[in-house]
Amino acid sequence: MVNQINTGDTAWILVCCSLVLLMTPALALFYGGMVRRKNVLSTLTLSYIFMALIGVQWVLYGYSLAFGADISGLVGGLNYLGLTGVGALPNADYSKTIPHGLFAAFQMMFAVITPALITGAFVERVKFKSFLLFSLLWSTLVYDPLCHWVWGQGGWLKQMGVLDFAGGTVVHIAAGFSALAFALVIGPRKGFGKSPMEPSNIPLTVLGAGLLWVGWFGFNAGSALAANGVAVNALLTTNTSAATAGLVWMLLSWLDGRPSTLGIATGMVVGLAAVTPASGYITPLASMLVGAVAAPLSYYTMRFRDRRKLDESLDVWACHGIASSWGMLATGLFATVAVNSDGANGLFFGNPGQLGIQLIAVIVTIVFCFGATYVIAKLLNWSIGLRVTAVEEEVGLDISSHGERSYS
Amino acid sequence: MLKKIEAIIREDKVTDVKDALAEIGIVGLNMFEVRGHGRQGGIQLVGRAGTYQVNMLPKIQINIVLSDRNLEDAIEAILKSAYTGEPGDGIIFVYPVEEVIRVRTRERGQGAMMYPGDIDTKKAGSKDDIKSVL
Repeated sequence: MVNQINTGDTAWILVCCSLVLLMTPALALFYGGMVRRKNVLSTLTLSYIFMALIGVQWVLYGYSLAFGADISGLVGGLNYLGLTGVGALPNADYSKTIPHGLFAAFQMMFAVITPALITGAFVERVKFKSFLLFSLLWSTLVYDPLCHWVWGQGGWLKQMGVLDFAGGTVVHIAAGFSALAFALVIGPRKGFGKSPMEPSNIPLTVLGAGLLWVGWFGFNAGSALAANGVAVNALLTTNTSAATAGLVWMLLSWLDGRPSTLGIATGMVVGLAAVTPASGYITPLASMLVGAVAAPLSYYTMRFRDRRKLDESLDVWACHGIASSWGMLATGLFATVAVNSDGANGLFFGNPGQLGIQLIAVIVTIVFCFGATYVIAKLLNWSIGLRVTAVEEEVGLDISSHGERSYS
Repeated sequence: MLKKIEAIIREDKVTDVKDALAEIGIVGLNMFEVRGHGRQGGIQLVGRAGTYQVNMLPKIQINIVLSDRNLEDAIEAILKSAYTGEPGDGIIFVYPVEEVIRVRTRERGQGAMMYPGDIDTKKAGSKDDIKSVL
């Protein structure tokens, strides 16, 4: 079969690529508003830097490790180093109707935002130099291989028939459980649990959540890699899950006191994270259930984390890891080929085996990401140290790490 | 004798207190945004999931320097205008002041704080006759 460029598909994915890029600055705002005022710039930088760091890493070798010629189902080969041969022509494996280079660019935006998600675990205390080294190691040793397993031609989870439309495993479970592991290694912020660490600027967080929602249309609907019915379905399921989770979170927050703005915005993001793996395989009505269940799961995981005095500071684990684990399993329940003929049926459509496959993928991702991150973080902590000094932490990372302040 | 009043009041009472002081002729003052708490403790805020206690609440501290003969009038004006009857209405501290120096004229002491229409001239019943009350 000859693969021909479709201009409609190409135009749509060019737009989606930009939308997903927008999610990293949006995440920076989302996180930046939740830290104390002395760490706002630092927190923004922890996200922003990935547009630069992975923007280079992905072109040099990241794309090749993820999508290069398969080596034993574990990792991509080095045939796409420097994006050699990744250009204007379509690729039979990944991009039948759009230029291969566009697929690589679209995937780059996923590789950029995923490690940025993890930063919520260690804000307000991480040493910048160690953070940079960790991020490069994590992207190379965790993200790129995992991406190959799930999405790369010949990847072993893909061979098994895992359904992960837009990155439930690769992006959200990976980020969530890596965040948990890192938080356990680096330890809590000074004074955590003794005095409340109030968000410095909730409007910033709300703005970030709104922009994330917009960007998520590119993330999920774009993962159809075409301007077609599957893309439209993904957009609808994405919106429906975010809407439902936002409403449910509002009610949960209300039951515990008042319907908090920060809570509603958080619930929306949780709904988005949950539906990500399922978005291209389930109906909008099923996505309502995905959002409705994701909200209490994340909400009570947060409460649990708080009770255990675990300072996974911005709840990456609860929001992304837990919500998207549910989303992966929900895919195994509600997926139907009526929505996407390239997908599979789930349990409720007569194929219980799919749920098993989804469960294996979730467990593998959790064990691999948690384990690898724990080891990398431990090694760095033991060698160059993960934390700033107590005085630097007290002063705030804006001044002590970057020599700047947000407000003068 | 010069005195300084530090009045910690509710944020939403600032305009009332300022107006009440202006009414009796106390026009010069400055204020800080402060945080603190008295006997009433704090308030409960809602976070992402669940609530938390905040015991440092935003308040306004008004500073006034004036002659001690006007002190009770000023205190009375603040007490009336800052009052709601609920916990958290605030507190007033009074201190002695060593010296006052006006930058533009280098005037010192009470003279540094006098101008037409202030509390002393109001008491004296004349807008111009500042010296008569000294």
